Amino acid sequence: MSFQPVILWTDALVYLLLALLMLTVWHTRRHSHLKAPWRRVADRRIGQATMVLLSFYVVIGLLDTLHFHPRTSVDERGRAVYSTEVLSLFDVIAGPLRTQREKTYSAPFATHLFSKETVQLSDGSSARGFPRLQYGGAHLSGDGEGRLADIAAKALWGAAKGALLWVVLILPLCGFSLGRAARLLRGRLLQPWHIAAYAAFAVICVFSALWELAGYYHILGTDKVGEDVFFQSLKSIRTGLLIGTLTTLVMLPAAILLGIMAGYFRGWVDDLIQYLYTTLNSIPGVLLIAAAVLMMQIYMSNHADEFNSLTERADLRLLFLCLILGVTSWTSLCRLLRGEALKLRELEYVQAARAFGVGHFAILVRHILPNVMHIVLITIVLDFSGLVLAEAVLSYISIGVDPATSSWGNMINGARLELAREPVVWWSLLAAFGFMFTLVLAANLFSDVVRDAFDPRLREQR
Amino acid sequence: MSVIETAMANAADTGPPLLEIDGLATHLGHSTNPVRAVDGVSLTIRRGETFVLLGESGCGKSMIALSVMRLLPHSGRIVAGEVSLGGRSLRALSEAQMRSERGGRVGMIFQEPMTSLNPVMTVGEQVAEAVRLHDDENRMRVGERVVELFRAVGIPDPERRTGEYPHQLSGGMKQRVMIAIALAGRPQLLIADEPTTALDVTIQAQVLDLLKKLQRETGMGILLITHDLGVVAEMADTVGVMYAGQLVETNSAREFFRAPRHPYSRKLFRSLPMAEKRHRGLEVIRGIVPALDQPFTLCRFVDRCESAIDLCRLQAPPWRDNGAGGYRCHLAPGIDAKQTAKDTVAPALADEVSGTLLNVTGLKVHFPIQRGVLRRVVGHVKAVDGVDLAIGHARTVALVGESGCGKTTVGKAILQLQRPTAGEVWFDGVDVARLDSARLRGLRQDFQIIFQDPAASMNPRMLVEDIVAEGMLAQRIGRNRAERRALVEQLLLQVGMQPRAADRYPHEFSGGQRQRIAIARALALKPKLIICDEPTSALDVSVQAQVLNLLRDLQDEMGISYLFITHNISVVAYLAHEVAVMYLGRIVEYGDVDSVLGRPLHPYTEALLSAVPVPDPERNRDVVRLQGDMPSPIDPPTGCHFHPRCPRVMPVCRERYPDRFRSDDGRQVSCWLLAPQHDGSL
Repeated sequence: MSFQPVILWTDALVYLLLALLMLTVWHTRRHSHLKAPWRRVADRRIGQATMVLLSFYVVIGLLDTLHFHPRTSVDERGRAVYSTEVLSLFDVIAGPLRTQREKTYSAPFATHLFSKETVQLSDGSSARGFPRLQYGGAHLSGDGEGRLADIAAKALWGAAKGALLWVVLILPLCGFSLGRAARLLRGRLLQPWHIAAYAAFAVICVFSALWELAGYYHILGTDKVGEDVFFQSLKSIRTGLLIGTLTTLVMLPAAILLGIMAGYFRGWVDDLIQYLYTTLNSIPGVLLIAAAVLMMQIYMSNHADEFNSLTERADLRLLFLCLILGVTSWTSLCRLLRGEALKLRELEYVQAARAFGVGHFAILVRHILPNVMHIVLITIVLDFSGLVLAEAVLSYISIGVDPATSSWGNMINGARLELAREPVVWWSLLAAFGFMFTLVLAANLFSDVVRDAFDPRLREQR
Repeated sequence: MSVIETAMANAADTGPPLLEIDGLATHLGHSTNPVRAVDGVSLTIRRGETFVLLGESGCGKSMIALSVMRLLPHSGRIVAGEVSLGGRSLRALSEAQMRSERGGRVGMIFQEPMTSLNPVMTVGEQVAEAVRLHDDENRMRVGERVVELFRAVGIPDPERRTGEYPHQLSGGMKQRVMIAIALAGRPQLLIADEPTTALDVTIQAQVLDLLKKLQRETGMGILLITHDLGVVAEMADTVGVMYAGQLVETNSAREFFRAPRHPYSRKLFRSLPMAEKRHRGLEVIRGIVPALDQPFTLCRFVDRCESAIDLCRLQAPPWRDNGAGGYRCHLAPGIDAKQTAKDTVAPALADEVSGTLLNVTGLKVHFPIQRGVLRRVVGHVKAVDGVDLAIGHARTVALVGESGCGKTTVGKAILQLQRPTAGEVWFDGVDVARLDSARLRGLRQDFQIIFQDPAASMNPRMLVEDIVAEGMLAQRIGRNRAERRALVEQLLLQVGMQPRAADRYPHEFSGGQRQRIAIARALALKPKLIICDEPTSALDVSVQAQVLNLLRDLQDEMGISYLFITHNISVVAYLAHEVAVMYLGRIVEYGDVDSVLGRPLHPYTEALLSAVPVPDPERNRDVVRLQGDMPSPIDPPTGCHFHPRCPRVMPVCRERYPDRFRSDDGRQVSCWLLAPQHDGSL
């Protein structure tokens, strides 16, 4: 084998999350009352468009989750020797993007470095000037003449390839029938998916054009050590998504269980749980996170030999951050669920179940839990964007993810000092901002649609 | 007709009509497949006339009112027809002009006084707002005018009441405030949408009286919307019967009650539970109201009509006008093609007594009131305060009382859903009040409950099969899923539902069907006692009859006993063997149903019975009007709880709570009037 698979801690949790997700989808498909709100989500134009955009992010994140050790050589007895470096499938796909490092800063689409250096001329003399980039625009002759035309041509070519890819994706979905495809695009199918199709077209074309360009230029420039910013931004997607989803996954069992127990049982159970979360809630969150992360750092530096690679170490720190964010963020959901359970326990169907002699646990699982799930779902999607932003803020004050992990927060942190210099290095910040903004905006719009579809009170008004 | 009535009728008839609705059609929802909520309704109301719109829920009564007010919900629109008030078209008005009409020439009161008032404003301020907007003459003396209005609607101590907030007032008082707001603009037309449905009968009687009095004084026209035939008889000059978006009959009240013309109207009367029908079973209107999102080409009632002829299935019946009113039917009035089939008539009540199933003695449920940080108990709400009851096998005991008297709490305490504070609940030889929860859980299959609101009593996320089978699962009845499924299907058949219903969700069914499912669920455990907590009060009259018949059939077949908790006296008369009247946590009169309802001994029972509107305008009733509201159970009056409202109060009533006296026909009555020294003074 040319590689040895590696499952990091966060990877394992992502697989768990995927399994749960698939289970939920399977369960939802079998129950019409669960399917109905999702159908309402899909009926909304915004819902379709944001779903496409979010799945683009998810696909990149998942590609970046399949980790392995590449094979470096074969030893004398024919056994493979694997590198200690951990790569992901995405790293391989993005190959040149990852490896084509410049010396230091260069602006987007630049052919020359951003700062002046002393260059050795061919005649042996040296002069100060902006040296040509090693990779960016290297295919251009001379000093980069005809750059704009080249960019336009490559972008068009990339977009065309994207369009083709889109057609290849759409056709099987329509059963290779052109008539069906036409009806799909005109929104005449039973379930009108045309907005999703158009959104997919836009996303695929734009990304394909960028990807094509990225092969020849550093389209978002390079950072201080010459790494491609576009690549970094794409790598950060996984970090952002992980923080947004794993944190929820971690806190969800506690929040749900304690919340509905407090509301259903009342009495001392309620008192105990309330004291727990009010206490936890009154500790300043940032301080708690800072203390926990610093402790983790000390532990890691004292036990450096326990980690096989830098990636593993960074991964554990990421997981730890998710945990500690989860611990500080479950209280609000818990409080919401307690209130809802307080209301539900007085409802007649719960009373009827008690009159049947149904046990408390069965009532919690059968009657209370399914009827608070819409609140859980709404909270998850609403919290997601907040957590992505929280990661950026925490990394910015360097109590977030490991500096070796690419994340938007780290990019912003790295760009912070450069903002002060003249001329300004703006692209790192802008790239992180743009990617994060798109994700958070899409997530927010999506969560609005989800809330509209799931909240029974909002539904009645329409 | 007496001279005065004739004069009044003449006065009402002269002059142009006050409200004229002509061919009104209101649609809701999407335009390609709209819900035709109102489909070509024409009616006129004169000054001083009360026009009552009668109909079941969802037939479009409220939509007519909202169309007149132009207050339709967002998805609603008037697609055709004309509405004119005093000769002026309301549809042609701009929104700004319409705003001055609302609350000006047209006042409106709603069903739910609790939600119609703003909880953070004093009631006086809310009335003053209406005065400032609509009463130019009194704009300088708003405060005085508000007090006048409060006095006009019979709110005692108006100067003080104007400064109170809605939560400090009782339901009846709030509805009076709503009426005061409606009156502030000196309306020519008052639209009252189920104004008393949320109120108790004694309060309902007060409010209906008030409306009649105000009408006499101001000469306004009233458009009253109700589903209660008793209220119709009490109030109406003219009746319009709505069915599926159309008026199927309009008639003068007298004629309507004497000889209703449309088969639907006649069916409504026959499906009313009454003491006289006790031994016959109720007639039911089969089926349900058709969905209104379809165009109708034939008679809308045809599927439920027993008199239907071939013509009814071919074309929609025309409107037949005959001077005073009209009706929409192919048949000549009064013709019922065939008398009701045998299968719709339930067998009469079985009347034998055999042993006691449930014996409740000294039942008390007190809820502590906690104050402060340390949750110190500062008092008790004595929701149930010493109740004794006994129910025999296959017997029905009705527990009657106004809302807040503790009757629902009695039911829950018997089921141990609410553990009683004191007292014994002997069920089949076991005191269930003293059982620990594990042993109680095993006994639970013997006593079950049916709730008022079938929508709320079923988990909306469970299939009907799982809902019905839940109890079996808990009590380990049926070995596996297939066996339970078979039982579920059998139960559904037993309550008159298709077995296929098991695979659907509760929201796919109508109210009556849902209540049948709830009954099937209770039956699943083969209980000996079912506590019915207002099982029909959320249902329409025609559906109520179906459910009552079902309950009675089940009693005959399976020998189930019922504790029937209700505020509806006519249901009691129809179904119960014994009746217990509750007032403020205690039973004040308890005895055989015929004697209690026929000759009430306790003044409260008497007042309660007389306040029930009877669907017969001819019957002259001596109505005992109770003043005021029920006191709070936190702080009951000293002596007899009823003495502040009692018309026959004596000094001893203020001193001591009356003992329980046994009347000559074996009733238990808690009233000093029954004391031996008062013997014969009744």
